[in-house]
Amino acid sequence: MLEVNALRKVYDGHGRRVEAIADLTFSVGEGEFACVVGPSGCGKTTLLKCIAGLLAPTSGEARIDGTPVTGPPTGLAVVFQEYGRSLFPWLRARDNVELPLRAAGLPRRTRHGLVEEALRAVGLGDVHGAYPWQLSGGMQQRVAIARAIAYGPRVLLMDEPFAAVDAQTRADLEDLIRSVWQRLGVTLLFVTHDIDESVYLGQRVIVLSAAPTRVAEDIAIDLPAARDQLTTRGDPRFAELRGQIYAQIQKAKHGSTR
Amino acid sequence: MTSALRRAAALLTVPVLLVALWWYSSANSTDFYRPPLSRILVAFRETWFGARLADDVLPSLTRLLLGYAAALLLGVAVGVAVGTSYRLRALVEPILEFLRAIPPPVLVPIIMLVAGIGDLMKVIVIVSGCVWPILLNTVEGVRNVDEILADTCRSYRVRGMARLRHLVLRSASPQIVTGARQALSIGIILMVISEMFAASSGLGFTVVQFQRGFAIPQMWSGVLLLGLLGVLLSLLFRLAERRILRWYHGIRAIEREP
Ligand SMILES: Nc1ncnc2c1ncn2[C@@H]1O[C@H](COP(=O)(O)OP(=O)(O)OP(=O)(O)O)[C@@H](O)[C@H]1O
Ligand SMILES: [Mg+2]
Repeated sequence: MLEVNALRKVYDGHGRRVEAIADLTFSVGEGEFACVVGPSGCGKTTLLKCIAGLLAPTSGEARIDGTPVTGPPTGLAVVFQEYGRSLFPWLRARDNVELPLRAAGLPRRTRHGLVEEALRAVGLGDVHGAYPWQLSGGMQQRVAIARAIAYGPRVLLMDEPFAAVDAQTRADLEDLIRSVWQRLGVTLLFVTHDIDESVYLGQRVIVLSAAPTRVAEDIAIDLPAARDQLTTRGDPRFAELRGQIYAQIQKAKHGSTR
Repeated sequence: MTSALRRAAALLTVPVLLVALWWYSSANSTDFYRPPLSRILVAFRETWFGARLADDVLPSLTRLLLGYAAALLLGVAVGVAVGTSYRLRALVEPILEFLRAIPPPVLVPIIMLVAGIGDLMKVIVIVSGCVWPILLNTVEGVRNVDEILADTCRSYRVRGMARLRHLVLRSASPQIVTGARQALSIGIILMVISEMFAASSGLGFTVVQFQRGFAIPQMWSGVLLLGLLGVLLSLLFRLAERRILRWYHGIRAIEREP
């Protein structure tokens, strides 16, 4: 479904050359929930932008359904790391969610139904008329998620979406994402730098090394599909997987400084 | 309610004091060129609340509004084109700087040669002065489109007119409004000046006529009317701005809070 082949990205400009991604190869199956973890600055955002067709790789390619990505592919939605800046401050919450549907030329009735449903799914049934800057950080992020849900994507990319919200909201949003994924059956690539979060959420965790970035480890998360914050995180297997990933990241870090 | 009253009081105190000062200092004036305010007010009523309203005030205002509207359309259209295209900007920026530096009144003789001495000439004079602040501010505003919002539009396939309307124009709207505000005061000045050359009606024309005929109180009343029109137009402008930039002022108000 989603393939990344020998992807390499070098930023070159303003007299500074940064090799953000050295060589990445992995693939994600249809309907799979994969998490990507890696140290800050290792090129996670760069990777998502290449897959989303917002940035051209220096070499290698990303493919969706076998088609190489050359521009933003249809049926792909992104939730950006800077959620505050990805909402239109001049549009109310509902209009933010509706805009992509309008651009797609859907009839008004269908649009309103989708917007209503998506906002309700993220627990924002009552703030339709608010502007983004009138909402808390967690609520803004939920509006951005609602926009992605309403769009009905086949592939959903999320870039550290919960980095800036408090612990309780974060736990709620994690459960929300799991339920959305189970309901919609989307292929989900979720970037985070939080190891616990990656184990809790995904069916699979792809660990990236520090720059120059490669895949350090690809671990299947064999926890039961029904997860909840208390029992899953208390599961001995959870601690085991977490320890394994932690060790990998440490190893990858030392490997790169050698 | 009380805060609104207090604001109105703060706004009106100085003007009321100045008018009172004018009234008392001129009350016993026998100077031919500085008649008492009471006489000016009588002249005001006799001069402007009659046939002159339709014969002079209305044509002036119509030309102002036509020229201002045309300058808005032209300035925003060209500004968006120049601001969006890097190559176009490099090409025309020096020319724009040169044209902007020419004081519009010196263009009047040239415009008269091309467009005659009718209404068209006066409207063109107004456009030629109003267009620059709008155009240059629009260029500035369009260049400041947020990168993440632009990426959001690309990946949700918001393109063409929808992108122009919901991303480009809205992002630039604070700057466009700033330019439009500057253009409004320039427009009023040029409305008067254009009527001082070869005109047969209009506010500027009438004031000059009064001065030449030594109708001093009437001349003063014309100046007073121009001032009042300026205040009225800037109030209307503020009403429009409050609607258009509601989101912008909302964000600013939140940022100002501790
Ligand atoms: N537009 C750019 N131009 C030049 N260098 C860039 C650009 N964007 C990112 N970089 C560099 O590329 C590297 C990877 O950046 P990227 O934002 O992809 O990392 P990240 O893993 O998402 O980091 P974080 O966890 O902090 O979000 C960094 O060294 C960064 O400085
Ligand atoms: Mg990032």
